[in-house]
Amino acid sequence: MMNVFSFDVLSGVLRTMIALSTPFLYAALGETFSQLSGVVNLGVDGIMLLAGFFAFYAVFLTGNVWLGLLAAMIVGLIMGLIMSLVSVTLKAQQGISGIGLQMFGLGMSSLLFKVLVGTVKTVSGFAPVKIPLLGDIPFLGPILFNNNVLVYGGFLLVPISWWILEKTTLGLKIKAVGQNPAAADSVGINVNRIRYFSVCLGAVLAGVAGASLSISIANLFQDNLTAGQGFIAVALVYFGGWSPVGVLGGALLFSLANSAQLWLQVLGINVPASLAVMLPYLLTIVVLTVAVNRGKQPAALNKQFFRGEN
Amino acid sequence: MKLTRILMAFVLFALIGATAFATGTKEAAPATGAAKPLRIAVVMPSSTTDMAFSQSMWQALQIIQKEMGGASALELKYSENMFIVPDAAAALRDYASQGFDIVIGHGSQYGSSIREVAPDFPETVFAWGTDVNNFGLKNVYAYTAAAEQGGYVNGVLAALLTKTGRIGVTGPVEVGDAKTYIDGFVNGVASVNKSMPISKTWTGSFSDVALMTAAAKTHIANGAGALTGSSQSVVGSIGAAKEAGNVLWFGTQADQASLAPNLTVASQVYDWTGMLRDIIANRKAGKLGGDAYILTIANGGLKIAFNPGFSIPADVKAKADAAITGIKNGTIKALP
Repeated sequence: MMNVFSFDVLSGVLRTMIALSTPFLYAALGETFSQLSGVVNLGVDGIMLLAGFFAFYAVFLTGNVWLGLLAAMIVGLIMGLIMSLVSVTLKAQQGISGIGLQMFGLGMSSLLFKVLVGTVKTVSGFAPVKIPLLGDIPFLGPILFNNNVLVYGGFLLVPISWWILEKTTLGLKIKAVGQNPAAADSVGINVNRIRYFSVCLGAVLAGVAGASLSISIANLFQDNLTAGQGFIAVALVYFGGWSPVGVLGGALLFSLANSAQLWLQVLGINVPASLAVMLPYLLTIVVLTVAVNRGKQPAALNKQFFRGEN
Repeated sequence: MKLTRILMAFVLFALIGATAFATGTKEAAPATGAAKPLRIAVVMPSSTTDMAFSQSMWQALQIIQKEMGGASALELKYSENMFIVPDAAAALRDYASQGFDIVIGHGSQYGSSIREVAPDFPETVFAWGTDVNNFGLKNVYAYTAAAEQGGYVNGVLAALLTKTGRIGVTGPVEVGDAKTYIDGFVNGVASVNKSMPISKTWTGSFSDVALMTAAAKTHIANGAGALTGSSQSVVGSIGAAKEAGNVLWFGTQADQASLAPNLTVASQVYDWTGMLRDIIANRKAGKLGGDAYILTIANGGLKIAFNPGFSIPADVKAKADAAITGIKNGTIKALP
């Protein structure tokens, strides 16, 4: 048996952590934009499923992973437009419309999978790309710089999101609309347009999250492939206190706990499997309890905006 | 005005959700002709295309339908993805009240539902598994698979074929045939080499493919040269083996060779057709339940499907055949 504290094991734990955290990063960063503009989108899981299916199906038909990614983003965009239409224009309850979207994604992806593919088939997804020089750094190289494009993209998205939200007018507008839409409206910001943009951006990223499951991690599609990961991504937004860096921390912590529990089992450490499986969730609850993020919640989150009325 | 809009949106989404709901229900073929066909309905926890547990039952039912002469002789209906037990219970009751002759609850989580529904429909045959308990009810059959038997054979093969001298096992939850399969597998490995290291992981979920993939990759990173596992999420492990390119796969529940044609050595296949024929014949003779069926290699319910695309060395194949014969005639006990 390998030594638990060996470099090989540590490297393995971290590699698995990086791979597992990718879908969470895309989905949760996207949801951060959506929520900062005041819209809770509980449909993330459904978007991931439908986009994940189309990503898989495009690769299955053409063998081109980029077409798969494009398909996922288009599906994400369409789902985002539906969510925006229902919750922003028609002003339906966000929670209910999100769950509707989730159920639609779950059902439609299953249906299309059955009709178009029939049974589980595997595809060749994004292959790892070793970054020259950096990939040769001992220990860290294989962990950080020998991954596929979607993994790099997920991690790059953290500083990009931070920059957009903290350093650009667009970011300021998104947050203004989420904090006080009436005030934003009074200074000439088009609240609905900003919310449409944020929800659609979030949905496109949720689409990429779905693609990262079906054409990067598992390289196949199966009914309910996400197994609820979209809901965990929504929780990570609260966990991260609506900040991209916080979301990164949450995604890494959750994935680290998952990766560590797998390694504990593989190494035959005498921990009951059911206890190990609980570890990521237990840890999440503990951190959520300790780190109180309530004050950071956008004030107009989950509230419809009626122009001239509130 | 506001309220109308909200209501409109709600109705729109409810409609969309309802039309393409995850728990699909489908009639295999409409019943036609003058003679009244036999009607069988099955409720399953995953999809009919899961390459595992649910697919094994749906395929068996389709074979029986073909044997009997098609949809005019046997009408089939299924509800899949019924992972919420109260929904499954409602579906079982619905099928029974619609007059289906045989209603199958294909999942060990449906036991209490069958126990509750069956007494209300004494003329309907119920079957459920995997378990051996028919609750003493005269219209309930229970069924299970001695999954450890194929597990043992796969274990013998894996121990003889792994190039790294290490084996990984990826399971969902430590219960039912997922557990007995793995217990048999470990015993099979030990029969070849007592000291061969086997690592086991349980993901805690029958459906989390991403975590199952990560588990398999963890085994591979730890040096596993052969992998096995069960549940519908195991397709993730097969994908990981295929990506690694040199890790062998041993399947169970359904023939999984098509997922990794060069790396799958053999699969234990659940063949429910014999049991279904028996239940149909019994029903005709007026016996509505009371038995428990156990699929075994000896009674033909379990089959070892060797992958023709993978060439097994003759001496290894001979040892696997010897294990099959030993289990059949009782000289080998699959469980320790």
